[in-house]
Amino acid sequence: MSSDVYVVGVDMIKFGRFPERSVPDLGAEAALMALDDAGLTIKDMQALYCGNLYQANAMVGQRILQQIGQTGIPVVNCANACATGATAFREAWMAVKAEVYDVVLAVGVEQMGKGLLGGGGGGSGIPKEGLLGGGTMPTVFAEAGMEHARKYGTTFEQFAKVSVKNHHHSTLNPKAMYQIETPLPEVMNAEMISYPNTKLMCSVNVDGSAAAVLCSERKVRELGLMKRAVKVRASVLTSDPWQERDLVMPDVNTCTRMAAQEAYERAGVGPEDIDLVELHDCFATAEILHYENLRLCGEGEAGRFIDEGQPALGGKTPVNVSGGLLSKGHPLGATGIANIYEVATHLRGEAGKRQVKDARIGLTHVIGLGSACGIHILEKSG
Amino acid sequence: MSDGNARPLPAVDYLKIPEDGEPYLEGSKCGACGAVYLGSRQVCSRCAARDQMESIRLADTGTLYTYAIVHRSFPGVDVPFVSAVVDLDGGGTVKGNLMDIEPDPDKIQFGMPVQVVFRDALGRKDKEGNSYLSYFFVPRG
Repeated sequence: MSSDVYVVGVDMIKFGRFPERSVPDLGAEAALMALDDAGLTIKDMQALYCGNLYQANAMVGQRILQQIGQTGIPVVNCANACATGATAFREAWMAVKAEVYDVVLAVGVEQMGKGLLGGGGGGSGIPKEGLLGGGTMPTVFAEAGMEHARKYGTTFEQFAKVSVKNHHHSTLNPKAMYQIETPLPEVMNAEMISYPNTKLMCSVNVDGSAAAVLCSERKVRELGLMKRAVKVRASVLTSDPWQERDLVMPDVNTCTRMAAQEAYERAGVGPEDIDLVELHDCFATAEILHYENLRLCGEGEAGRFIDEGQPALGGKTPVNVSGGLLSKGHPLGATGIANIYEVATHLRGEAGKRQVKDARIGLTHVIGLGSACGIHILEKSG
Repeated sequence: MSDGNARPLPAVDYLKIPEDGEPYLEGSKCGACGAVYLGSRQVCSRCAARDQMESIRLADTGTLYTYAIVHRSFPGVDVPFVSAVVDLDGGGTVKGNLMDIEPDPDKIQFGMPVQVVFRDALGRKDKEGNSYLSYFFVPRG
């Protein structure tokens, strides 16, 4: 039986737009913050797992070490769409779980432009966007949301309430890109991007980075770091299994359901044991789907779940108390580790005004479209 | 190639334009498990069977499964338009523009019958000036 793996240091930079900085520079900042949080240095690290999407062919991990210490350790650069950061974290977790290393560093970093992601299509001939339907991310997730509306009568207003909640949460998070209340009429009357997602129901493209130091149980005890350590109870990654429509309509549901099932089994907990969730609210419509996918509520009950305020801070299962991708921002490669930071911060009791009271167990979830799903279940220790 | 009388080219490779006869969408069906795909392929991603794929002519009728109404797209793309996911009768799912309907959620019904129609690709031409034929959906009945 291999030993448990712990997060002993974790941090993220305040998300924002930093066009004057470089990707390695942003990644290095979070790496140093996480090392400082653990009270360790780069010389203590035995390997680096780096998640970045848009410079996936450009050795970002090595370039981070060129800024913070070239110790010659192995570096693995990961790309897995919006699950990139979670994949890097999971690679780090596996290396420690397999007892290859005792202490490793995971970094997620991204520098984004503005504007719509996806769509356009490739290949020769003529542009396909708007000719064969839409392929932009807001459109893909609008279609997924409307599938839920078709099944359960979910309304535009219910989707919009997700944004009201997450923007409210972000007013309590100084590291979020925005800290602005957005009342329901403002969300619903914002510029329509792809019905039913208005501009305020789309995640914010920002630059950002986050990092975590992962450690074997033996090493945590040796270093005397158990007090603030957070145990990784489950780390799961899935891809999308075959579904009838998935080549036309990317399926974010089935891979999430499979990952959730496996994560709950591995952690030996159920959704009722989860004190807070950071899930992949790339669009407001997506969050509604994942309430059911993660079994935070029953099938077809997601609309009522949001109506009753159950995923709000103070509700049954607070979801995205960080402000989520909708307001904290979504730097693709950093998102999966920033979510770990958020949950770990609550488990440590250090989340300030947005602290989920007595949080003991939390869950993080990301989706990379195409598709990849990463889920981590974390538990307070000490 | 820019001869104005030249036959239009298909906008996607699964749109077939026979020398004589009407255009149609081509799919493939797995002989082992019956899964239907757009276009041609070697292996079934549902059951992983190899060399079981049979080319089929997809239906030109279907029903609306889900949609989005796109109000903001890339520069040069006319908005709003309805991006529709349609289940074709007899198998296969395809995405395209739903035309000849108001882009208003109150006017669009899940499950509504649609017809696949073949029209010029909204005037889009390639660098050589070739015209293209594309497929669209329109309400049926």
